[in-house]
Amino acid sequence: MEIGDLSDLLVWAAATTLALAMIAFAIDLGRRTDERLEARTETRAAIGAGVGAPEAGSASGGGSVPAESSAPPRRAAGIGMSTSWLGTILLGVAILLRGVAAGRTPWANMYEFTLVGSFVAMTVFLVWNLRRDVRFLGAFVTGLVTLFIVVGLNSFHVAATGVQPALQNYWLVIHVGVAIAATGIFTIAFVLSALQLLRDARDTGSPFLTRPGFRWLDRMPTPTSLESMSFRLNAVGFVMWTFTIIGGAIWAEDAWGRYWGWDPKEVWSFIIWVVYAAYLHARTTRGWSGRRAAWFVVVGYACVLFNFTGVNLIFNGKHSYSGIS
Amino acid sequence: MSERTYRPEGIADDFTTGAPTSTADAVPGAAGQPPSAPRAPQLGWRGMLRWTWRQLTSMRVALMLLMLLAVAALPGSILPQRDQDPSAVVEYLGEHPTAGEWLDRFGFFDVYTSVWFSAIYLLLLVSLVGCIVPRTIAHARALRARPPRTPVRFERFPVHVTGTTAESPDEVAAAAAAHLRGRWRRMPTFRVEAGAEDARPARGKVPARPATRTVAAERGYLRETGNLLFHLALVGLVISVAVGQLLHYRGQAIITEDRGFANAVVDYDTFESGAWFSPESLVPFAMTLDAFESEFATDTVAFAQSRDFTAEVTVHEPDGSSRAETIKVNHPLDVDGAKIYLQGNGYAPEISVTDAEGATAFDGRVPFLPEDQVYTSRGVVKVPDVSPGLDQIGLIGYFLPTAVLNDDGTAESVFPLPEDPLLVLEVYRGDLGLDEGVPQNVYRLDTANLTASVDDDGERVTLLLEPGDTVELPDGLGTVTLGEDVPRFVALDLRHDPSLAWVLSFALLALLGLTGSLFLPRRRVWVRSWTSDGVTQVEVAGLARGDDAGLEPEVDRLLTALPGLERARPTRTSEED
Repeated sequence: MEIGDLSDLLVWAAATTLALAMIAFAIDLGRRTDERLEARTETRAAIGAGVGAPEAGSASGGGSVPAESSAPPRRAAGIGMSTSWLGTILLGVAILLRGVAAGRTPWANMYEFTLVGSFVAMTVFLVWNLRRDVRFLGAFVTGLVTLFIVVGLNSFHVAATGVQPALQNYWLVIHVGVAIAATGIFTIAFVLSALQLLRDARDTGSPFLTRPGFRWLDRMPTPTSLESMSFRLNAVGFVMWTFTIIGGAIWAEDAWGRYWGWDPKEVWSFIIWVVYAAYLHARTTRGWSGRRAAWFVVVGYACVLFNFTGVNLIFNGKHSYSGIS
Repeated sequence: MSERTYRPEGIADDFTTGAPTSTADAVPGAAGQPPSAPRAPQLGWRGMLRWTWRQLTSMRVALMLLMLLAVAALPGSILPQRDQDPSAVVEYLGEHPTAGEWLDRFGFFDVYTSVWFSAIYLLLLVSLVGCIVPRTIAHARALRARPPRTPVRFERFPVHVTGTTAESPDEVAAAAAAHLRGRWRRMPTFRVEAGAEDARPARGKVPARPATRTVAAERGYLRETGNLLFHLALVGLVISVAVGQLLHYRGQAIITEDRGFANAVVDYDTFESGAWFSPESLVPFAMTLDAFESEFATDTVAFAQSRDFTAEVTVHEPDGSSRAETIKVNHPLDVDGAKIYLQGNGYAPEISVTDAEGATAFDGRVPFLPEDQVYTSRGVVKVPDVSPGLDQIGLIGYFLPTAVLNDDGTAESVFPLPEDPLLVLEVYRGDLGLDEGVPQNVYRLDTANLTASVDDDGERVTLLLEPGDTVELPDGLGTVTLGEDVPRFVALDLRHDPSLAWVLSFALLALLGLTGSLFLPRRRVWVRSWTSDGVTQVEVAGLARGDDAGLEPEVDRLLTALPGLERARPTRTSEED
């Protein structure tokens, strides 16, 4: 078996493992919902008995104290975490083998970009979880990443090989590498902002989201807390994106004879930069922080996805390196 | 609004009090100013101007302009643009005559130089300058100011800790100040001011307190500095790009092996320059192409994909010296401040034509432009009428570096390197317009008024030539010869833009400023210490601007630095999930 084929097999294995992780995390979200229901029932009982009569709202704030602090370990979430680690390691090895098979940095076409971007997103999630409990993100991150990898395998896959002269430059490692990392970080930030919007809508009584099926949203952190987490990631992502654009301009100056030429990819990178810049401004503009700012993250991430898929496949520009004919 | 802290209209990035802000809408007036309602009518024209200026430099308008900019940039990626691909624009106009004309009228084929796109970014720049300049002045003042006074009550701050120690208040204050200043005298972590307060009676909720020692400290002035640096660098970036546009020049030349060109406007095939360019600024060096090498993949996965292009050249400087250089893709050659790029390459076969009278009518290298990955290259030979009374001859054809003949008589190229070259030509005769003195595109032959040579069956005659072959032209027009060697040509792009260093510097400054403004924490810390009942009481409060997960650890570090402190009750007012 060729090394390239082995890499592909490992990618499939990673996708399967991460799908399992997603299921485990989803079960965990469901379980937490049950627990919360119990808490609510207990509170009701307490109120009914006329004992202490705590505010009904205090239960939703995560302060239903004894039941939670002595809660049993969340076994499904634990399984989710360990399968996530396994899947991410498999993906990492697959990327390494891909690099060995092609004899170059393994991020020069869409398929490889998808793999490495997914790997970065998983790594951010896993490493962050070492510092604080962000397991609530697990189902969404593993779900998105599994989707990306499978789409990559089915639609973007090309055999491992060398690259054309314009790509033979150390900037391939830096410019594309940072762009991928930024994309991975934007992915997690998008999940956080989307959850913030959902939770916020449920809290303010959206008819659709107040249905029982969305009870798991109550167990998410507060919108304020989600917002601040999302911001921290977006700030890092934005700085990396700025660097991607500057690095790309330096490279384009050498490879194409101009640092900026409004190539479709450049246009969209510019749009992404402006949208995230608008997000950073919105956060500090009165009347625009919170929910409205979160929409910028959603729009910005949609642009990131389009910049990767649409611009590569639909528009004919200088960045057409998908290798798909 | 105090004069010292200039705030653009609508900004809300104050030091957070830690109270959970509503996620939907921030409370109006949270930044200490009333919401700006439109109040134009009674202002008069001067007030109107002021109001317009206030609006333009407000955060809300800046935000709108940013969103507009993103939307305005969009069409340039969807519609063909003249700067990038003029022929695609012509094609589009041909396919959509009505819509195309209107789109053209509104500049949709030159989006990034159009009036509306320029208007948006210029307004944005004006808004930015109007916002940043007063902020810079205010910040310059703030840089020399002392840290904010120690507040009377610490309870309202997001981090608030009390404790007791056996040491005296003086020692506590000294230790706190020393810790907060940090190790380096010149670059203190915090700007610190130690102070003292007199004893005070009880007032409102605040109980009576004896005389105290206080320490007020603030860090993170560089955060605002970074923010301002970022915005100012953006202005610098746009200005240097504009200046570069005015001063730059760019020329393209096709040269074949062993031939050269001189850096003069007339020697380029195409040449364009900015409004402030003067031809005297061209350094008159010359260059010859000694050899050109190319490599292509031979593996099955990426068969015939390019792998390497190298042009070996000799540069002749005006002072008479010359030196050998190499130009590769990604590695332009720097000559006298201008960069020379290898932008294309192909074959320029040597073709000679002898007319019916036996006179040499054409002898030269003809660049054939590659049209695909295997260098199926198209070219045109325009043969003048050297002997009187004869037609002009036009040859159109393909050069195939590695040719394979198919069963139906057609030929195709299968590999880009010249392993088995073949030249396929069709022959036209008539008036090519070569005598009219009108410049023509050397790569196109307008065959509308020409007669094509056909054989007895009415089929077009195609001539097949291998290197060294001489073939009779049909209809007794003469002979055509393909030279033994097939020289390569390279398309070189020479560009000079004196603003490059400035553009890069401003971009990097912007990156630096951005990083600082996003990641440098801005924090205020206060310490108050007094003696009550023979025990030294210590009170510490911390406040940060924006979200700051590091505020609590900062205060914790300060507490461990205070001698013999025992924490009373760690109070966290900040909301955590």
